[in-house]
Amino acid sequence: MTAILAVRDLHVAIGRRGHAANVLRGASVDVEPGEVRGLVGESGAGKSMLGRAILGLLPANAVITAGTIAFEGRDLLAMPEPERRKLLGRRIALIPQDPMTSLNPVRRVGAQIAAVLSHHLGLSKRQARARAGELLAEVAIREPGRVLDLYPHEISGGMRQRVLIAMAFACNPSLIIADEPTTALDVTVQRQVLQLVERLRQSHGAAILFVTHDLGVVAKICRTMTVLHAGRVLEDGMTADVLARPRHPYTRALLAATPRADRPAEALRPVPPALIESLWSEAHRLDRLADAGLPS
Amino acid sequence: MADLALTGVTERPSRWRLASARGGARLWLGAALVAVLLLIAIFAPLLAPHDPVEQDLMSAQLPPAWMTGGEWAHPLGTDSLGRCVLSRLIFAARTAVEVAAIAASLAAAIGIAFGLLAGSFGGWIDQGVSRLIDVWMAFPPVLLSIVLAAVIGAGLTSVVAAIVVVDWTRFARVVRAETLSQLQRDYAAAARVLGLTRGQILRFEILPNLVPLIVTLIAVEMGIAVLVEVILSFVGISVAGDTPTWGGMIVEGRQIVYQAPWIMALPIVSVIATVIGFNLLGDGLRAALDPVHRQ
Repeated sequence: MTAILAVRDLHVAIGRRGHAANVLRGASVDVEPGEVRGLVGESGAGKSMLGRAILGLLPANAVITAGTIAFEGRDLLAMPEPERRKLLGRRIALIPQDPMTSLNPVRRVGAQIAAVLSHHLGLSKRQARARAGELLAEVAIREPGRVLDLYPHEISGGMRQRVLIAMAFACNPSLIIADEPTTALDVTVQRQVLQLVERLRQSHGAAILFVTHDLGVVAKICRTMTVLHAGRVLEDGMTADVLARPRHPYTRALLAATPRADRPAEALRPVPPALIESLWSEAHRLDRLADAGLPS
Repeated sequence: MADLALTGVTERPSRWRLASARGGARLWLGAALVAVLLLIAIFAPLLAPHDPVEQDLMSAQLPPAWMTGGEWAHPLGTDSLGRCVLSRLIFAARTAVEVAAIAASLAAAIGIAFGLLAGSFGGWIDQGVSRLIDVWMAFPPVLLSIVLAAVIGAGLTSVVAAIVVVDWTRFARVVRAETLSQLQRDYAAAARVLGLTRGQILRFEILPNLVPLIVTLIAVEMGIAVLVEVILSFVGISVAGDTPTWGGMIVEGRQIVYQAPWIMALPIVSVIATVIGFNLLGDGLRAALDPVHRQ
């Protein structure tokens, strides 16, 4: 099967020329149609940057220095801006990290969902509102008709995340970037949100790139996974294989550091500092090679 | 799948009541003063007991009715040409409100446009607009308006123009800063990911968030505009001579302040009440609409 999203050898640097810090050092990720791929890594691994690069949301001081991002065979980076905007929200959607701040505080929930629908699908005001209500019902919000007329501050964090999920699925996109969508929620709500995302994925048939640092979440919902560190891909494969037989020592260390219900807390081992050290020095060695213009 | 409880949102507390509670006495006092002013301005011909330009030299410099020698035909007395002070105050209020409303809205429109432009495009556009504002604000505003009025010529239009030209920077500066900070919020990024254009994001996402700020600024700006109109009519470069203005009345009263102090005092009191009214209203609105205090 051809990948719906193919990120190839992506290099991203942040900061001014000469003082730039590399955040992605040749990362490559494939997402097949309809699959859920987990993108795992510790803070600073570049996993969020990768998601943002796909969506064109990199900070103003970040530059893509090399690589391609192909969506359905077309390079997003080479595409003119208006054309890319047509894809965003319609074919590629985002489930953002923080439900508390990702909704416009002064607009009613219904109006915000309806705006996406009328913008991309050309629905009339009434149609868009009716569809928005259906979407809210689909994300298991009770009394959707009433919630449509509420402001974001009048509903709970879990409900806001559902609203954002409804917005992401609104135009039946083929790819959804989920940027740590459960991190800001408490554990009981997390589970519901994960189940919801999985159910909607099946009914809408979207592929999901699930950015997270939580291996437990990956194990639960991702078919394939990619382990990122210092902007490089360390390991990539079927989730079951990677978790059962991790090849890279970093993945092994990550697994040993993940708390599990069937293991006493004393069995947890932090990732060895020496390993981190060696990974970073390898990354910096590659940076120097790149600066010198040599192939890595 | 279990649903999240919806408790606590069944009864939406009245937003108006909450907002006015936060605004407090300032809001009410300011709103009352401004409302009285607006009513006087709108219904001036009905309220004024006399034609404001009608002269009656036989009853010149009459004191207010409650003082000795005053008569109830002219409740606040007459000026040196025998014109009814109360009627003139009422019609002057009309001029003041007219100038304030038009000037404040135009200044707001221009300032908001520049502020959004600078705040959303950034880069050299932002630099250009910001430096322009800096240079603009370095001029003493009243001096600039006097020069402008002198160049364009006297009249109501030039007063409005002078205020707009000077005060658009007030809006531009604040709107630019707020646009910048709103664009940093997650919801603005989320809007970009929805495929909205820059214009749509500004119109539908950013502008609604700026409304409280803009409403407050307009109230304050109207107070300032009234003051500027008074200053310009005081120095005689406002409207033509026979149209009553507070500034013009102060000038006339100044010459006979020892014989008839009320002629100068009354327009001053009107100006002070008006400006205090607008400032209190602006202050109250800021407290009432401030999103920081909003739960």
